[in-house]
Amino acid sequence: MPEDKLQINQITAKEQINSVTKKITVYAPDIAAKARSGQFVIFRTHEDSERIPLTLASWDREKGTITHIVQEIGFSTVELGCLEVGQKIQNVVGPLGNPTEIKNFGTAAIVCGGLGTAVAYPIAKALKETGNKVISIIGARSKNLFILEDEMRALSDEIYFSSDDGTKGQKGFVSDVLKSLIEKGYNFNIVFAIGPPIMMSVVADITRPYGIKTIASLNPIMVDGMGMCGACRVTIDGKTEFACVDGPEFDAHKVDFKELIQRLKSYCSEEKYLSSLHSTGGHCQCQRHQ
Amino acid sequence: MSTPPINASKNRLKAIQADKQQPAVRIKNFDEVVLGYTEEQALSEASRCLKCREPKCVTGCPVGVDIPGFIGFIQQKNYDAAIDKIKERNSLPAICGRVCPQEEQCQKTCILGIRGEPISIGRLERFAADLEQKKQLVASPIKGLVGKKVAVVGAGPAGLTVAADLAKLGYSVTIFEALHCGGGVLVYGIPEFRLPKRIVQSEIDNITKLGVEFRSDALIGRLFTIDELFANGYQAVFIGTGAGLPKFLGVPGENLNGIYSANEFLIRANLMKSYDFPKSKTPIKVGKKVAVIGGGNVALDSARCAIRLGAQEVAIIYRRTRDQMPARQEEIENADEEGIVFRYLTSPIKFNGDQEGNVKSMETISMKLCEDDNTERRNVTPIEGSQTVMDVDTVIIAIGRTPNPIIQGTTPGLKTERDGIITNDTTFKTSLDGVYVGGDIATGEATVISAMGTAKIAAKSIHEYLSNPKNKT
Repeated sequence: MPEDKLQINQITAKEQINSVTKKITVYAPDIAAKARSGQFVIFRTHEDSERIPLTLASWDREKGTITHIVQEIGFSTVELGCLEVGQKIQNVVGPLGNPTEIKNFGTAAIVCGGLGTAVAYPIAKALKETGNKVISIIGARSKNLFILEDEMRALSDEIYFSSDDGTKGQKGFVSDVLKSLIEKGYNFNIVFAIGPPIMMSVVADITRPYGIKTIASLNPIMVDGMGMCGACRVTIDGKTEFACVDGPEFDAHKVDFKELIQRLKSYCSEEKYLSSLHSTGGHCQCQRHQ
Repeated sequence: MSTPPINASKNRLKAIQADKQQPAVRIKNFDEVVLGYTEEQALSEASRCLKCREPKCVTGCPVGVDIPGFIGFIQQKNYDAAIDKIKERNSLPAICGRVCPQEEQCQKTCILGIRGEPISIGRLERFAADLEQKKQLVASPIKGLVGKKVAVVGAGPAGLTVAADLAKLGYSVTIFEALHCGGGVLVYGIPEFRLPKRIVQSEIDNITKLGVEFRSDALIGRLFTIDELFANGYQAVFIGTGAGLPKFLGVPGENLNGIYSANEFLIRANLMKSYDFPKSKTPIKVGKKVAVIGGGNVALDSARCAIRLGAQEVAIIYRRTRDQMPARQEEIENADEEGIVFRYLTSPIKFNGDQEGNVKSMETISMKLCEDDNTERRNVTPIEGSQTVMDVDTVIIAIGRTPNPIIQGTTPGLKTERDGIITNDTTFKTSLDGVYVGGDIATGEATVISAMGTAKIAAKSIHEYLSNPKNKT
């Protein structure tokens, strides 16, 4: 689309990545100008829609665009995915959350699963640009569900894959790959775990005995995304913190993952009801964390 | 001798009551509970005003509205003049007429109140404001006369007041609002049945008609920092970001599912219109037995939303007694009528959940008032061994809010303290030149009208600052 005619919040590109995932690019020049890795935005698709947090996968400061990888897992994400190029998202607010702390740690492991790869990509990119050796371990349920593979390959010093069904890379979980690398003698200075809470929890358990600094990017339910509601509260080292303003990244060894997983299930029945009403084929939000 | 006005109240000491929706009806809807005066009621009530030569009511008003002046115009049926008189000092009369605690302010000092009932200033203010809203008058923009730009952060009561006052003085004002619509606590906090959203929107429309620019979805501190606002040509910045961060009790089990901060509960119910689920897509969960912790207006608003959302039993759990409750008397009575139960001198100490992590019960302890200790609200201490357990499936925690930390954390040089931004109490200037604050971020949690009062002072200070040729702006 010609750039001079673009309107704020207009969708400039949309691409189907796999059966349940879309890449959506939105014209939001002020957000693009300030975006940093680890941050997210809140979308409200229409006047009656929910406010949903989505991590920034990439941004283009020159074109003034931000890009999100959206997994259509519930009514609201399906609704967003229904918008076509040229249509406008009702509200886009961001960038929200604290950016990732990026510095030269030495060797960094990026352990990500499913949609988490979209969150991990800008972090891995920034780490690489700061001189880190980046070792990526990417997982998905099956071969056709991997996203951003080429992009991640291009910036990684080493890259490993795992799939639940064994159709790509090692059969099993990303945490198994990480464990075997550590056991082989890889010396990681930092591990970023990004994906379903259960995966991040397992990764934290693996790195804990080795004392490897591990960062998890948390994805609790949010409403305003700017510190007002407390829906996204998480327990970190026994203290309540808000993922939206205190996070979304925390020391994975201090996160109460059990509570996070429980809280993500709060609205399962409502989500199923909405999806059934609108027969979008969407699933309960928590299913991606099973 | 003058003849008494036709609509004179039969008994000067008795106030004309406004009609209300019946409790049994209103607990099933979100429509406004208190209906406005009819013209007849308004004239009758206005006729009671003594027009004191030294009106005490005006001294009770945080923004100093000429109360006898506007009531006088209502007596003469000159309603346009009445609203103009109010708007000389108050840019949000339809809102203040509904949610101001008049009984603690202007009406408290009314002379009629010594022997009878004070005049219903709020009801009359609302009458004049609602008439104007029906007419949809178009104010003429006076934008840009001064040629100086002011950024207002937050479109709550304080921000809207500053914007209106400065626009009237000819400044170019832009309001930056982080949420998707303006109004702040007026739209995310105060429920529809106390303050309809259309009333707030209409007041905001009146302010934009003065030439004020409005930008939503703009979280200052993240999208633009305060420094960047100055770099973008704004010569002064007003911060009115309120007290938006909810406080929690800090007791075990507080993060179980079904336990809300009042902010979350009200944001879902009001701003996101969960009462209209599934048409409105934001869900809310309200169980059969709801406990609301706290004794302020926010607690009552939450409790009254819960009953409207289908709860069977709603209890207010307050650690002091009714006498210490900070909520408005009128709203306590409304809640009473709606069947809300009040449990005083009770404090939660623990929440228990089921296997899925949903709250199931709440352990409480009884409290006793301490000897009169000269504190504003008397302190309480727990009575040992008085623990009891009550079944609950939804809990709403309404024990107060603290300032949002985002601007403080992203503005170098801005001096802050635990409860907000440090300011000069007479000018509301911060430690940074050209940066002013007002509302809850300056004072701590308070009322809509108090926020407006501080905002008026800040607007005056900003005007003085920008008018002073010594300040390089």
